[in-house]
Amino acid sequence: MKHRRHIAPSAVVWLLIGGLYFTIPLIATFDISLKSPQTGKCCTTANYSWVLHNGDFWHTLKISFMLAVETVIIALLLFVPTIYWVHLKIPRLRPVIAFLALIPFVVPPIVMVVGLLKVFKGTPAWFYQQPWGFLAASYVILAFPYMFFSLDAGFRSIDVHTLTEASQSLGARWTTTLWRVILPNIKAAALAGSFLTLAIVMGEFTIANLAAFHTFPIFIQYVNESQGFPAGALTLMSFAITWVAMLSLLVFGRRKGGGPGGIAGMRR
Amino acid sequence: MSYLQLQNLHRDFGTVKALNGIDISLGEGEFLSMLGPSGCGKTTALRLVAGFDRPDEGRILVEGKDISGLPPNKRDMGMVFQAYSLFPNMTARQNVEFGLKIRRRDKGVRGKRVDELLELVGLGHASDRFPHQLSGGMQQRVALARALAIEPRVLLLDEPLSALDAKVRVQLREEIRRIQLELGITTLYVTHDQEEALAISDHVAVMFAGVIEQMGTPAEMYTAPATPFVAEFIGTMNRLEAKVVDSGTGEVEHAGIRLQIDAARGRRNGERVLLLVRPEALELEARTNGGGPNSFVGEVLTQTFLGPVTRVKVSADGTTLITDMSAARAAALPVGAQVVARVPADDAKLLSLPDDGPGLPVLDPDNP
Repeated sequence: MKHRRHIAPSAVVWLLIGGLYFTIPLIATFDISLKSPQTGKCCTTANYSWVLHNGDFWHTLKISFMLAVETVIIALLLFVPTIYWVHLKIPRLRPVIAFLALIPFVVPPIVMVVGLLKVFKGTPAWFYQQPWGFLAASYVILAFPYMFFSLDAGFRSIDVHTLTEASQSLGARWTTTLWRVILPNIKAAALAGSFLTLAIVMGEFTIANLAAFHTFPIFIQYVNESQGFPAGALTLMSFAITWVAMLSLLVFGRRKGGGPGGIAGMRR
Repeated sequence: MSYLQLQNLHRDFGTVKALNGIDISLGEGEFLSMLGPSGCGKTTALRLVAGFDRPDEGRILVEGKDISGLPPNKRDMGMVFQAYSLFPNMTARQNVEFGLKIRRRDKGVRGKRVDELLELVGLGHASDRFPHQLSGGMQQRVALARALAIEPRVLLLDEPLSALDAKVRVQLREEIRRIQLELGITTLYVTHDQEEALAISDHVAVMFAGVIEQMGTPAEMYTAPATPFVAEFIGTMNRLEAKVVDSGTGEVEHAGIRLQIDAARGRRNGERVLLLVRPEALELEARTNGGGPNSFVGEVLTQTFLGPVTRVKVSADGTTLITDMSAARAAALPVGAQVVARVPADDAKLLSLPDDGPGLPVLDPDNP
């Protein structure tokens, strides 16, 4: 006989409170986004049209998105081999790196940006004055904890030593091992780190603002200060972009092989 | 000429001497098991052969060529690991094919070879399954097929059965031996299970504290252990510390009891020896009157049913003896029964002990 699962009434209440906490601001923003900029009355799609036809929207969105992709690529190229090597050869260094990874969390962004501006001041103009240089380098530092803890969890979930040695005994070099054996098995962790990095970069305001770069969050802030109703539409659209990124993670992160519990290569 | 040679291999980890000068010489197509307790250095030796670690001293030669400096991916050694090591993102077929792809073999050749090997290990039907869809035994079979796919010069097996249940372990070890004989591949097998080593090997090397205590055929290891440690480690053995009292008649004394032992003839009077008697060689019967020659008088302490035999433990004047007999015979000697244990003069071995040396090595306190 099957037992029916009962949800406690208190759980329903808390779920409801939690749901309202998240949905009320969205509903209110949606309501604002439908109001006419001229009359202030409902309902019109003019605000969405204004955003979509605004050149700055597309320009800044493109800059932020490209920056996010650049940051993700640099961070993956930098952190995947490093963390792999640490797990494989110098595991006692892992706590040290975990501690270092916490620094971007602990240091206030304002302090960090002042420091970074000083550090990079003498660098060439193509680096210092371009978002692809200075901002990307700063964002890699910001992404460090997100990438590290995601990848670290991925590496801890597989038996890095055995898989590497098995691959080597079959004739693979370490680069082949990393690309064809290790990476596919930490794909979900790498995607999680990439998504978090993407979300951070798409929403990063402090560094971009103080370093005087015109990115998507700067544009959102500008619209928010100058035009109330289109700001609602813009907020919802940026929210939608975040969700699309999250869904992409779910789609690409779905593992073809492997599986939970007792999986080969997993630590026992 | 030897196919695989390990010459004077040393490996230290800090102050621990994991290997202290081991020498192994193995002919082509032979199967050698390295046997010993945890920490004896057997896995270290295997890892040196595989190239995952480098010796501090010594050389490894295959067909007379020194491979000590080669990285593991250049050694052509097929290895099966203790931990499940299949690549989780690949099917059984892709796992077996991996080494051939690395070697850029033609697609047709790859497919044929993979099919053959999966059939050889009895998994032709499971080629498209991912590792998590296979049982532990099946995973180790795929790992074996994967190691064999590259046609390795030496097959290395590092306790491949230790994670499996008893029945699968016996099945798989027989299959490993069948495949090894079929392919004629030189094999190094590491295990701590002496039954496993004796069952499938051409040669067994018993290791302890980084050295090889004895190397020989399974029968030699069982019937003629060369050191007290080997005697303790291979099979179950009654080990009695004794002293030769008359080398002419072959008389030794243990705990005040004199025993006539053929192997004691010609030894030095007063020599400390270790008297070794297998449980199946010790004769046990109910006590009717006195003990008679070459015997201990005592009482049955415990009986343990082991399936084919029943193991009876006897206490006799401070000496504990064990003997194996059929369940029917053991039924006549219940716990507490007065018994006589007779040591056969011609079926007991003697090992010399240093006159002022330490006591006997004890691995298992329950195994006197």
